Amino acid sequence: MSIVTTKKITKVFPGGVRALDELDLTINDGEFFALLGPSGCGKTTLLRTLGGLESPTSGEVWIDDKDVTWSPPGERNIAMVFQDYALYPHMSVKENIAYPLKVRKLPKDEQEKRVAMASKALSIETLLERRPGQISGGQQQRVAVARAMATTPNLYLFDEPLSNLDARLRLEARTFLKQLQTELGVTTIFVTHDQSEALAIADRMAVMDKGVVRQVGSPSEFFHRPANLFVAAFIGSTPMNLLEGQVLQGNVKVGSNTFTIPESYRGKLQEGQEVVYGIRPEYVSVVSSNADGVASGSVKVTENMGTHYLVSIDCGGTLVRGTVPDGQQPANGATLHFLPDLNKVLIYDKVSGNLI
Amino acid sequence: MAILKRQKTKMIQEKTAVEKGFTGLFLALCVAFFALPLVWLFIAPWDGQPNYSIKWPSWTLTNFAEISKNPYAYKSLVNSAIFSAGSGIAVILVGAPASYVLSRVKFKGRDSFLYTLLLFSSIVTGSAAMVPLYLLALRLNILDTYQGVILILTGGLIPTAIFILKDFTDSLPRSYEESAQIFGASSFRILKDIVAPIIRPGLAVIFVWSFVQAWGNFLVPFILIRDINKQPGAVMMYSFYSDGGQPVIRQVAAFSLLYAIPVMGMYFYVNKKYGFRFYGGIKG
Amino acid sequence: MTSQVKSGSRAAKPGNSVLGRLSAISFMTPASIFIGVFLFIPAVWTLYLGFTNYKLTGITAAHPKIVGFANFQKALHDPQFISSFKLTLLYVLFSAILGQAILGFLLAWVLSTVKPRIRSMVELIVICAWIVPGSIVTFLWVAFLNYDNGTLNRLTGQHIFWLLHDPFLSIVVFNTWRGTAFSMLLFSAAITSIPKSHLEVARVAGATKMQQLRQIVLPSARSFIFTNLLLITLWTFNDFGPFLLTGGGPGGKTELLPIFVYNKALKYLDFSYGSAIAAIMLLMNLVLALIVIRAGRKNK
Ligand SMILES: Nc1ncnc2c1ncn2[C@@H]1O[C@H](COP(=O)(O)OP(=O)(O)OP(=O)(O)O)[C@@H](O)[C@H]1O
Ligand SMILES: [Mg+2]
Repeated sequence: MSIVTTKKITKVFPGGVRALDELDLTINDGEFFALLGPSGCGKTTLLRTLGGLESPTSGEVWIDDKDVTWSPPGERNIAMVFQDYALYPHMSVKENIAYPLKVRKLPKDEQEKRVAMASKALSIETLLERRPGQISGGQQQRVAVARAMATTPNLYLFDEPLSNLDARLRLEARTFLKQLQTELGVTTIFVTHDQSEALAIADRMAVMDKGVVRQVGSPSEFFHRPANLFVAAFIGSTPMNLLEGQVLQGNVKVGSNTFTIPESYRGKLQEGQEVVYGIRPEYVSVVSSNADGVASGSVKVTENMGTHYLVSIDCGGTLVRGTVPDGQQPANGATLHFLPDLNKVLIYDKVSGNLI
Repeated sequence: MAILKRQKTKMIQEKTAVEKGFTGLFLALCVAFFALPLVWLFIAPWDGQPNYSIKWPSWTLTNFAEISKNPYAYKSLVNSAIFSAGSGIAVILVGAPASYVLSRVKFKGRDSFLYTLLLFSSIVTGSAAMVPLYLLALRLNILDTYQGVILILTGGLIPTAIFILKDFTDSLPRSYEESAQIFGASSFRILKDIVAPIIRPGLAVIFVWSFVQAWGNFLVPFILIRDINKQPGAVMMYSFYSDGGQPVIRQVAAFSLLYAIPVMGMYFYVNKKYGFRFYGGIKG
Repeated sequence: MTSQVKSGSRAAKPGNSVLGRLSAISFMTPASIFIGVFLFIPAVWTLYLGFTNYKLTGITAAHPKIVGFANFQKALHDPQFISSFKLTLLYVLFSAILGQAILGFLLAWVLSTVKPRIRSMVELIVICAWIVPGSIVTFLWVAFLNYDNGTLNRLTGQHIFWLLHDPFLSIVVFNTWRGTAFSMLLFSAAITSIPKSHLEVARVAGATKMQQLRQIVLPSARSFIFTNLLLITLWTFNDFGPFLLTGGGPGGKTELLPIFVYNKALKYLDFSYGSAIAAIMLLMNLVLALIVIRAGRKNK
């Protein structure tokens, strides 16, 4: 319903913290957009700036073809779900949901209709007469979403709305949110700390660091082709192998090991260039013999990941992680040979940190 | 549920007999200490021949009849009510908006400003300031008026009121106001629908506190009010002392009870309705 | 600042509070006027008078002259003032800090562990002592401490003129009795604000009651403790209450600074001297407040 664009927005807080640094971002119409990044990187600040609760030091915020940088929050037709839900303690659940509608002077019967609709969608009909203090955290979250939903905005802003829920409720809630969003088709920006959450439900996502966007793209792009070392290290439930080495005679030399350079990189690398050889543990498999491009070493750590084991071996001082199917886990100290899947190998320039 | 229950029994178990004994003894001593001086207030008024001791009264209303002979006695309680309600309302009307701003808008030197106010208020409620206050009231032409006493009492109460109310407001998450802002509520609406109802217990506490302070204040009305018709209870109490400085105990006893009941009743009411509680502390 | 100009006449500047600059100012205006007229002017006036030879009677009443620091010098050489000053500090130490704050804290702590019914009953009694008007409680204490048949003498089977025999002790106990409620209420709020889980963790770890108090309760209540100390120190330092009980006597043994000022200014009508003492008191208040605030910041 709305396209959101930020043009070089910068936010410097009094005291000099640069929470946003000339940040450019476009969120497409009807998109479910996840915002990810380490704590303190400016996610909340970005969301609050979009919502009009914070004014940028410089730069512009556009919603569709309107510059809203200086319009008050109420004029932007946005709904925001706060991390602490911000349910009013002195109003019943019903009054909470109806409050924005009352503010917008909707007729009484329309208010009733929307409250009924939203509370049905979130199955909180039985809680309507209670106060926020009398319902559980998960229920509060649903009330907060219902309140946002009842207003039919053009844009949803969610600031870690699921962070207070337990693991199971979280899974349910995120599926539900995604479903709801697909049905309503409202552009949604969603801040989360949980990358599996982002990967699972976002149409597109962005990873931020120190007030700048490090990569924007689809979850699978993030997983398969992290654009730089920061994102590569940040994304993935198991950290990617990032092996620092040097290009030597068509291979990457990491310590005493030699790794093969995939076909796709031929000609893009210079002899002697400092690079980082990246491969996800999921794409490192065990082979029986030591050959070219194989890393060998003794097993240091074995971690049970459910369907498989994550094994770290010590290859002459560098730890390399790979996966082993359940039932074939090696003993500590055993020697193992790891072979990366060349199709999945990513090589980064060590100096710039960018994907080559 | 099961977990809750377990914890409960555990807590009870954890209190050993010795601890229970200490708790009981401590509370008993405290009750004795705080209650004993108060007993006289509730007993002596019903005694036909009260003295300084606590004794079983002879149950009579003559003391109250005695007071009503003084035409100004009851009137003084009405005056006290006017002074106290006026000051309480003024403190809330003036102090609440200011404390809201001080809680929500950061500016340089805000804390020092608050502390300076507290310090100044301690002078102005002291006896040395009474002459300047008298002269000020004279110039403002509010001598011997209700509003004069109310304004000057309010001025002395406002710093502490703002200080405590700001703490109440600080404990209110900003996201309440921000979410309402996003829904498009005007500032006025947010204050009326969200902020005011949530900090109402705080307002009630401050109202009662101001009321009680004004109700008991002696110096300000003593100096500013000449007209005996406008004298409050505090000054009236003083007049029950006969010329030799000896109090007329029967009148003092009965009048004390009448004079104490309104503030205690008010405390009861607010405590029942909102809970008489403070929040907060010095931040930083 | 420049961004503000850009926002023009917009209702609310985003990023600030709900209030725009204009409404924030208008919210502060009534308080500022009050503070200016009824706080600032009389306070400054009082301070100013401390530098004059203003008396309420006599020639200087009509034409006061600036006499510089004469009144202050006089105070520093006035043994009566010095003793009154020391007395006041002791009074603050014993009745406010050792009396009200500690008793209030113990009460709040113990009451948080007992049944609600007992709690509200005890609280009610303690609060009564606090809200009953000063002129009544003074009379109650005169009766309580009375020589002939006062309750205290009867209970202890003694015959003591408490107010003559132990005047300072009497007013310390009296002020503790009178003011403990405020500390109790503030500390109750502090104890309620400590998340249950914190204490439970300590208990599971086997901490004794003392350890829980020292390691969990006191640190969490830090800001409450210093707010409380600040307010009760200021209040007690400027407390006029004991005047009604002892009039400052006998022989100046309970002549706290506020009473000293009263006697000088309103009784002997030496107004400029009283005002100078008031100025010294303000300075002392400032020092005490700074000590408390400093301690609060440091102990973070
Ligand atoms: N009101 C403020 N005043 C000063 N600095 C602030 C303010 N709000 C945020 N910051 C700073 O700006 C930076 C970005 O903060 P922000 O809240 O946007 O981070 P975040 O990405 O949401 O972090 P988290 O994941 O922990 O919520 C941080 O360094 C923070 O300390
Ligand atoms: Mg955040």
